Amino acid sequence: MTTSTRPARRRPAAPRRPGDLAFAGLSLGSASLILLVLAGVAFFLAREGVPALTADPEEVTGGAGFGRYVLPLVIGTVISSVIAMVVATPVAVGIALFISHYAPRRVGTAVGFVVDLLAAVPSVVFGMWGLAVLAPQLGPLFGWLERNLGFLPFFGEASATGRTLLTASIVLAVMILPIITSVSREVFLQTPRLHEEAALALGATKWEMIRTAVLPFGTPGVVGGTMLGLGRALGETMAVAIILAPGALSWNLLGSGNKTIPSEIALNFPEAAGLRLSELIAAGLVLFLITLAVNLVARWIVARRAAFSGAGG
Amino acid sequence: MSKRIDVKDLDIYYGDFQAVRGVGMTIEPRSVTAFIGPSGCGKSTFLRTLNRMHEVIPGARVEGEVLIDGQNLYGRDVDPVDVRRQVGMVFQRPNPFPTMSIKENVLAGLRLNARRLSGRAADELAERALRGANLWNEVKDRLDKPGSGLSGGQQQRLCIARAIAIQPEVILMDEPCSALDPISTLAIEDLINELKSDYTVVIVTHNMQQAARVSDRTGFFNLKETGQPGELVEYDSTQTIFNNPRQKATEDYISGRFG
Repeated sequence: MTTSTRPARRRPAAPRRPGDLAFAGLSLGSASLILLVLAGVAFFLAREGVPALTADPEEVTGGAGFGRYVLPLVIGTVISSVIAMVVATPVAVGIALFISHYAPRRVGTAVGFVVDLLAAVPSVVFGMWGLAVLAPQLGPLFGWLERNLGFLPFFGEASATGRTLLTASIVLAVMILPIITSVSREVFLQTPRLHEEAALALGATKWEMIRTAVLPFGTPGVVGGTMLGLGRALGETMAVAIILAPGALSWNLLGSGNKTIPSEIALNFPEAAGLRLSELIAAGLVLFLITLAVNLVARWIVARRAAFSGAGG
Repeated sequence: MSKRIDVKDLDIYYGDFQAVRGVGMTIEPRSVTAFIGPSGCGKSTFLRTLNRMHEVIPGARVEGEVLIDGQNLYGRDVDPVDVRRQVGMVFQRPNPFPTMSIKENVLAGLRLNARRLSGRAADELAERALRGANLWNEVKDRLDKPGSGLSGGQQQRLCIARAIAIQPEVILMDEPCSALDPISTLAIEDLINELKSDYTVVIVTHNMQQAARVSDRTGFFNLKETGQPGELVEYDSTQTIFNNPRQKATEDYISGRFG
């Protein structure tokens, strides 16, 4: 707004201070760097992977072209990650709500600390735990599932060792639990007190208050955390490589078999050369595209409800 | 649909700190009662004890009795959730649920009370509540839009609609106009005047003119000095409080000599 009646003059440029310039350059540089790295990775994957895509189908592993080679890997990767996500999300939301709204402050802080510690456990340790402790424990459960739910295609003959895709998925669920929990906890804690009180004043019980005020407010954050977890599960290498006894694609989650892209790459990369190397890199490209798509979908989900998120009000 | 409130010798504590001491008063049904007083004198705290909303704050507790038509809110087997369904509340800043549409906001309380509503019944209830809050004409074409898209004054009337949709006996208002412009304030004041034909309305306000305009009876709260508990200094018809108060402190406050 201007009260001047004279024609608008160009405002004199603000003096350029060296500190401002340096900081602006630094932040621009950092922002550009991340794009450059991302583009560089995509370029590397595409260039090195192309030979596998264009090679004679007979020469690719499996002898039926790259598509037939990578599809079972994609399915194994997606199935294990989705199971991990489905198992971990409700538990993570429950833990986050316990920390943010149910536990006395001191207990909540302690539980939050323990969950964060879980995130610091290296994935190779999770892998060993899954193989040495969890897999034998799950054996009887798998047997029970086979006997009682065997009519479902994904509960087939149970493996005696427990080194199955389902075991790997459960370990993945434990691994992604901390990230989903901590993101959810942060957004739940930020629920405006005003909205919580609005619900309580309408005669909401504690759970109803959480359902009316806390969960809707936190949903975008929970979705975001879940997608971060899914991204981690999709890319998780060591745990799956250790636990899973790899094999051909199978609907049976209780038996050995199935592979995931990261474990396939990790197990074969050291000895690969030539076309085999290209195949693995192209598989990496596919994984890269899947995670990109997951993130886009997550953003779309979050943005779709933006008008109702309270961010605009 | 409106009830009488009797408060007997009420003390309010936050942990070891006594915030309010020895309040006793009777609030008549179908009337507007205003609480005025300087900041920190405990009037908002006291208001919250009328529907047990103070219990949201850890360590807050009450000694004494609040009777609504003879029933003690603080009786041993009284559930605060039931109390709040009888005694609704409107807050300082408008707080419609941001994830809900205008209509969902109005119906939020009904849905909580676990009543199954058919589509038509829901529409009718929403319309009645919005008409009751003088908001129907402004929002009837955009009931499915988010409540956060309304102006501040409209949002506050939406919150009033949400409160009256569950048909409480009493409506508490904690400085409902303090975040609003004068025109929106006027709309709310008109609304308060209409609400008193059906409800018992209790309002806390920092604006003495507002208390004089809307209320039938006024209570003046004060504290002797900082760190001391707040007390109800004088409680009388609004006319008496503003024209010839009995207490010196009341006269000083309403004539603008302090606070």
